[in-house]
Amino acid sequence: MSTISRDEVAHLAGLARLAVSEEELEKFSGQLDVILDAVARVGEVAADEIPPTSHAVPVTNVFRNDEVREGLSREQALRSAPATEENRFRVPRILNEEA
Amino acid sequence: MTAVAEIMDYDEVLRNFDPVLGLEVHVELSTATKMFCGCANEFGAEPNTRVCPVCLGMPGALPVVNGTAVESAIRIGLALNCQVAEWCRFARKNYFYPDMPKNFQTSQYDEPIVFDGHLDVVLDDGETFRVGIERAHMEEDTGKSSHVGGAAGRIHGAEHSLLDYNRAGVPLIEIVTKPITDAGERAPEVARAYVTALRDLLRSMGVSDVRMDQGSLRCDANVSLTPKGSTRFGTRTETKNVNSFRSIERAVRFEMRRHAALLNEGAEIVQETRHFDESSGETSSGRRKEEAEDYRYFPEPDLVPIAPSRDWVEQLRGTLPEMPWERRRRAQEQWELSDEELRDLVNAGALDLIAATVDAGASPSEARSWWVAYLTQRANERGGELASLPITPEQVARVIELVNEGKLTHKLARQVVDGVLDGRGGPDEVIAADELEVVSDDSSLQAAVDEALAAQPDAAEKIRGGKVQAAGAIVGAVMKATQGQADAKRVRELVLAACGQQ
Repeated sequence: MSTISRDEVAHLAGLARLAVSEEELEKFSGQLDVILDAVARVGEVAADEIPPTSHAVPVTNVFRNDEVREGLSREQALRSAPATEENRFRVPRILNEEA
Repeated sequence: MTAVAEIMDYDEVLRNFDPVLGLEVHVELSTATKMFCGCANEFGAEPNTRVCPVCLGMPGALPVVNGTAVESAIRIGLALNCQVAEWCRFARKNYFYPDMPKNFQTSQYDEPIVFDGHLDVVLDDGETFRVGIERAHMEEDTGKSSHVGGAAGRIHGAEHSLLDYNRAGVPLIEIVTKPITDAGERAPEVARAYVTALRDLLRSMGVSDVRMDQGSLRCDANVSLTPKGSTRFGTRTETKNVNSFRSIERAVRFEMRRHAALLNEGAEIVQETRHFDESSGETSSGRRKEEAEDYRYFPEPDLVPIAPSRDWVEQLRGTLPEMPWERRRRAQEQWELSDEELRDLVNAGALDLIAATVDAGASPSEARSWWVAYLTQRANERGGELASLPITPEQVARVIELVNEGKLTHKLARQVVDGVLDGRGGPDEVIAADELEVVSDDSSLQAAVDEALAAQPDAAEKIRGGKVQAAGAIVGAVMKATQGQADAKRVRELVLAACGQQ
């Protein structure tokens, strides 16, 4: 049974900024189906009394004191950037999108 | 679409529709460090000098939650009469935009730390309006982009963009109201009053700088219209980052009028973000919502859940300061103010300033008179807030003291205050520089009195004959000759003495 459509894969690829070819869309939707089916089997054994879990270790409230720690120097921070300008990271223009 | 949106007369909007508001306020916390790393949380530092592998999203870097930021979030929730979650998690909000180098923002999704509260807001006429709080959650601010090329740093037509990540990861609390459905014609005013009240509250708690001009307090205003008689909410628009109290009111009003005009023509409202233009007072189309909102939230695996114990919550409740509304009530009692006097003083933003002036030794009535009358007028002339006037409560108290000692007349006192406002130093410096002190030295006054009596022999004769009310003309002449710097009471005594009346 197909659980993920080609269109959904294309949509996700778009959101993830991945260029996926027509053939790949076909191939990935088949592969993702297999993965989703496998994950769905967890649902067969998960009864109502088992709460959904996002963390494997039962730990809460891990906090840091609000104290300044030395970070990177500007030179270190910018060293690996593909492009810089005026001590800032330079990125290609952003089209049709705003945060 | 026409360049200038068609809008409807405001009264006509209200005859046909009920406005529904939803306000989202983002507050940057004034913690020493960022939300998930130890980088300094500091406004205005040199670009990319407050960064580390965590806030730059480098592979393998792991976040750790700032405990003080969590405390602030809980305290804000308590001040807003919210429930505090027994257990909640962070979530990843996935989107690709260079202001977040991780390609996701760490936020909270369906498990906010605090929820279901309210804030009572005092409107201009003193009426109280209760705004419901849906939730407040913790997240992190984004980096700052500047757009190069194109017109005036705007994104449209830009060649490329430059990123400064000092702000990326700064602790942010997003406070979301419940739909505000019953504000009616006062919706724009309610929006402004709510954000103002929130600012006052957060400032009194010391959790944020709450500077709209610096972006540490930002408001997004959601507006929709429901046709009269209907119960279904209309399509909403979200006007982003409106950055002054007055602009919030104007933006809400404009959107109400724009929506009404469109709905009236049978057109549909496009669900989108809008940008407010301060100069024109209008909004323009931004990003369409349905394309952009697919954030694929999921629980943040790198951060463990937060489960505030009830003991901790009660302990934090004990740290809340006097709330602004309690403070107002106390001021009203102590300073014996009528409701109207209190309202004027609160609207002028003068409460804290008057309190500080009283602390510096002035009487409440004198302190109030200076701040609410003369200084408010000066602030209005400068187009700024009272609190941003370059004069301190201590300086105002000093001027009041000098008036009470008879060293300044009221007229001179205003000149001294003007000198301070012009940046010419404190009151004593301005007095020394301009030689403004009241002249009560008899020898210099006597000469002026003699001269005035000689110039007005008729008046002098009348006074000698017992008509002491004629002294007024002589006193006036002396005051004029001394350019208002004479002690009028002393001048009168000298005039009467010279004419044998004392």
